Amino acid sequence: MSVVTTVPEDARPQTGPKLTANRLPRWTPPAVAAGAIALGCGIGAAGGLESHLQWGLISALLFLLGGYLISARVEGRRQAKDRLATSVVWVAFILAVVPLVSLTVYTIQQGIGVVDGNFLSHSMKGVIQTGKGGGIYHALLGTLQQVGLATVMAAPIGLLTAVYLVEYGRGGLAKAVTFFVDVMTGIPSIVAGLFVFSLWNLALGFNYSGFSGSLALAILMIPVVVRSTEEMLKLVPNELREASYALGVPKWKTILRIVLPTAIGGITTGVMLAVARITGETAPVLMLVFGADYINSNPFDGPQQSLPMYIWQQYSVVNNDNGYARAWGAALVLIAFVMGLNLIARGIARWRSPKGGH
Amino acid sequence: MAKRIDVSGLSAYYGTTKAIEDISMSIEPRSVTAFIGPSGCGKSTFLRTLNRMHEVIPGARVEGKVLLDDENLYASNVDPVAVRRSIGMVFQRPNPFPTMSIYDNVVAGLKLAGVKKKAVLDEVVERSLKGANLWKEVHNRLNKPGAGLSGGQQQRLCIARAIAVEPQVLLMDEPCSALDPISTLAIEDLIGELKSQFTIVIVTHNMQQAARVSDRTAFFNLAGVGQPGKLIELDDTQRIFSNPSVQATEDYISGRFG
Repeated sequence: MSVVTTVPEDARPQTGPKLTANRLPRWTPPAVAAGAIALGCGIGAAGGLESHLQWGLISALLFLLGGYLISARVEGRRQAKDRLATSVVWVAFILAVVPLVSLTVYTIQQGIGVVDGNFLSHSMKGVIQTGKGGGIYHALLGTLQQVGLATVMAAPIGLLTAVYLVEYGRGGLAKAVTFFVDVMTGIPSIVAGLFVFSLWNLALGFNYSGFSGSLALAILMIPVVVRSTEEMLKLVPNELREASYALGVPKWKTILRIVLPTAIGGITTGVMLAVARITGETAPVLMLVFGADYINSNPFDGPQQSLPMYIWQQYSVVNNDNGYARAWGAALVLIAFVMGLNLIARGIARWRSPKGGH
Repeated sequence: MAKRIDVSGLSAYYGTTKAIEDISMSIEPRSVTAFIGPSGCGKSTFLRTLNRMHEVIPGARVEGKVLLDDENLYASNVDPVAVRRSIGMVFQRPNPFPTMSIYDNVVAGLKLAGVKKKAVLDEVVERSLKGANLWKEVHNRLNKPGAGLSGGQQQRLCIARAIAVEPQVLLMDEPCSALDPISTLAIEDLIGELKSQFTIVIVTHNMQQAARVSDRTAFFNLAGVGQPGKLIELDDTQRIFSNPSVQATEDYISGRFG
C-alpha cells in the first residue's frame, strides 16, 4: 500500500528572493512631469519670479525629487535610484535642446519676414543704411567665395596630413605633426587673423581681400580636417589594407583606391563640419576682408562682405530696427546654409558608406 | 604555373622579439602543404614571410632566404609588390572590400594593376568565381555589394579574388576558422581542386582538416612562452599522422598537449 502525499502549494519552502515587486504604472513619469511643471509654474507665479527659466528649473527639481520619492515609496530604493538616473538624463537632454530649438525658432520668426527674392539678390549699395531695403547678395557671395577658397586650400592639406599620420608617420616627425595639429586646434580665430594680417598684409603688402580672409579661415580649418580624417582612416580595418597588399597592389594605390573610398563618407562629413565651423567666423574676416556694402565678385582684390560680418554691422553699426531686421534675415540665411551643408554631408555619408546587406 | 618554394635559415622578428628561428623547408609545387602547431608557435608569421607580408607590420624584419624556384624573394633588388602578385594570400577572416561589388572585388587586383578591358575582366570574373565554386550562387547578382554575402561565400569570394591575379602560390591563413562546417567542406573541396594549378600552403588549427586536405604536413612548436617558434618536422601527411618521427609531434597530434 502506498500513500501519496502532496505538499500544498504554499507550504513548499521558499527558495531565493521574490521575483515580483510593486511597479508604478507606465504613465507615472509623464504624470509626475506634468504635476511638477504645474507646481513649478504655480510657485513661480505666486513667488513673483520674472524669469521663465527659474520656473523651468523649479519644475525640473520638483520632477526629479517627486519621481524619486514616489518610486522609493512604492517600488523601493533600488528602483527609485534607477528612475532618478533616467530622470536626470531626460532633464539634461531637455536643458540642452531648449536653447537650440528656441534659437532656431526665434531666428526663423524674426528673419522669415525679411528674407525674400529682393533681399537675396541685392547688395547694400546706394541704400541708406538706417533706412529700409537693401539685401545680402554681396555678403552671401563673399561668404561663398571665402569659404570655398579656404576649403580648396585646407581640405587637401588636411587630408594629406591625415594620410601621412595614419599610413606613413612613424617616430619623431609624426609626433611633432600631431602635437602642432593639437596646438592649431586651440588657436583663437582672432590670432589666426592677426597672423595672416601681419604676414600677408603688412609684411608682403597685399591689400584687403576675400582671399586674405580665406587664408585665415584655412588655418582654422586644417586642424579640424586633419583630426576628423585621421579618426576615419584609423577606423578602416587593417585587414583591408593587407588584402590589397596581398593582391600585389602598391601602398599608394591601396590608400587611394581602398582606404580612402572606404572612409570617404566620414571624411566628407568631417570636411563639411569644418566648413560649417569657419562659415560663422567673424573676427578674422573683419580684420582681413574689411567689409563692403557693394558687390565685389573678385575675392583676390579689394574688400568684400561676408554674412557674419554683415550681421555684426547691421546690428552694431546701423543699430536701429531696419538694421536689426536685416541682421535677423542674414542670420537665418547663415543658419540655413550651415544646416544645408550638414544635411548634404549626411547624405553623402549615407550614400558613400560601405554597404552590407542586399 | 605552380612553383616550388625553398626556405633556408629563416628567422623573423617583431622589433627585438624573435618570433620564429632558423626554419628550413621545401614546399612542393602542385601540392597542399599544411602547417600545424599550438597557438603562438609562428605558423602564421612564417606563412607571412613567404610573400613578404610580414614586413608590412612596423618594426618587423626577416633574416634568411626564401627561394621561389631559383629566385631569392629577400634579395635586395626584389620588389615586394611583385612578390605578392605571384604569391597570393587568403586570410583568417573573410575581408572583401566593403565599397566594392562582387564583380569589382574579384577583379580588384587586376583593375588596380590597370587592366581596363571589359571583355578580359568579364572572363576573369567568370573563371575565378567558377574556380572558387561561387559562380552558381552569385552569377545573377554580380553588382551587389560583396559584404552582403554569407561568411562562407565571402571567404570563397576572397579566394576568387586571390586566384584572379593568377598567382603561382596560394597561402591560406586558417581560411576556415571563422566558418561553419558546411562552408568549411566547400572550401576544403575547393582546395583539392585548386592544387592541380597552384602550390598551396595552409595554416590550420584543425588537425582533421590538415589530414583531409594536405599532402604534406609541417609541425611547428615553441620551447616555452616567449621563445621563438621552430619547425619540428615536415613529412608526408600520412606519416605525420600515423608514425611521426618526433615524440612532440605525436604528443600534439594525439592531444597530449597544446
